[in-house]
Amino acid sequence: MSRATVRVIVRPKQSVLDPQGEAIQRSLRKMGHTEVVRVRQGKYFELEFSDGSQINRSELEKIAHEVLSNPVIEEFEIPEQP
Amino acid sequence: MKFGVLVFPGSNCDHDSYHVLKHVLGLETRFVWHQTTDFVDCDALIVPGGFSFGDYLRCGAIAKFSPVMTALCNHAERGGPVLGICNGFQILQECGLLPGSLLRNARLKFLCQDVYLRTETTRTAATGSLRPGQILRMPIAHNEGNFFLPDAGLAELSNHDQVVFRYCDRAGQVTGEANPNGSVDGIAGVCNRAGNVVGLMPHPERAAEALLGSDDGLAVFRSLVDSFQRYSPCRQVSI
Repeated sequence: MSRATVRVIVRPKQSVLDPQGEAIQRSLRKMGHTEVVRVRQGKYFELEFSDGSQINRSELEKIAHEVLSNPVIEEFEIPEQP
Repeated sequence: MKFGVLVFPGSNCDHDSYHVLKHVLGLETRFVWHQTTDFVDCDALIVPGGFSFGDYLRCGAIAKFSPVMTALCNHAERGGPVLGICNGFQILQECGLLPGSLLRNARLKFLCQDVYLRTETTRTAATGSLRPGQILRMPIAHNEGNFFLPDAGLAELSNHDQVVFRYCDRAGQVTGEANPNGSVDGIAGVCNRAGNVVGLMPHPERAAEALLGSDDGLAVFRSLVDSFQRYSPCRQVSI
């Protein structure tokens, strides 16, 4: 039985205003990084499982959909296949 | 008629709501701790403002999993009146009892100021005793009050008369300047299809005594009492 960590990224949907991302982009511009034209801010989660072999994709998606994200305004991505 | 005021770890407007109901309006009221699994004695529920679970993950996201919310959903399904204020509004949205979501304020600042609200519908449990278009003044105090719903959802909201309050100016005009947080369509409060569950970002419990600047908020609580008279036949059956 070996532990395993799964990463989940949650980001605002494209249609949603992200004033925090915009504020960051403005700061970058002021700092001279004028080539950065857009910033979107999201969230990053690490879920550590006690037994890596028991992880299933649909359970992960349920966790991401029902807890880690708000489907009205956010979408999620699980970058690696567990 | 008895009111229940929910309390989550981090709720901080529960006492203000309790004070208005019990001491200003003289109604039987009690606190309902979030671990409770039923509250058969309570006819109407307030989900108060504050920072339940520290706003961790998202505002109201963790509160929705508290045991009390199952009983609250059943109560709402039976037609029982529910009022969600500020964080309470966020919790009800996270549960799916109310539409939309509340984003960070468009200008990124925590807002602590009075606003004017225009009453858009009087068919709800919290506005049944108001006049259509009635203007109320009460404070807001929030960082995530920016009401959002995609266009298709907005059209449905409108078709089903679910917009309860809009931010307006003193004259009752819904303008950009009167909108403090960027809420789409100036929406400050909404209801479910049946009209028994209402959520709003402003704080009627902080505008319930003239001594404190405004008692416009009292009308919202009085509406809840009046609505109970209308829903009580259902309540009897459910007991």
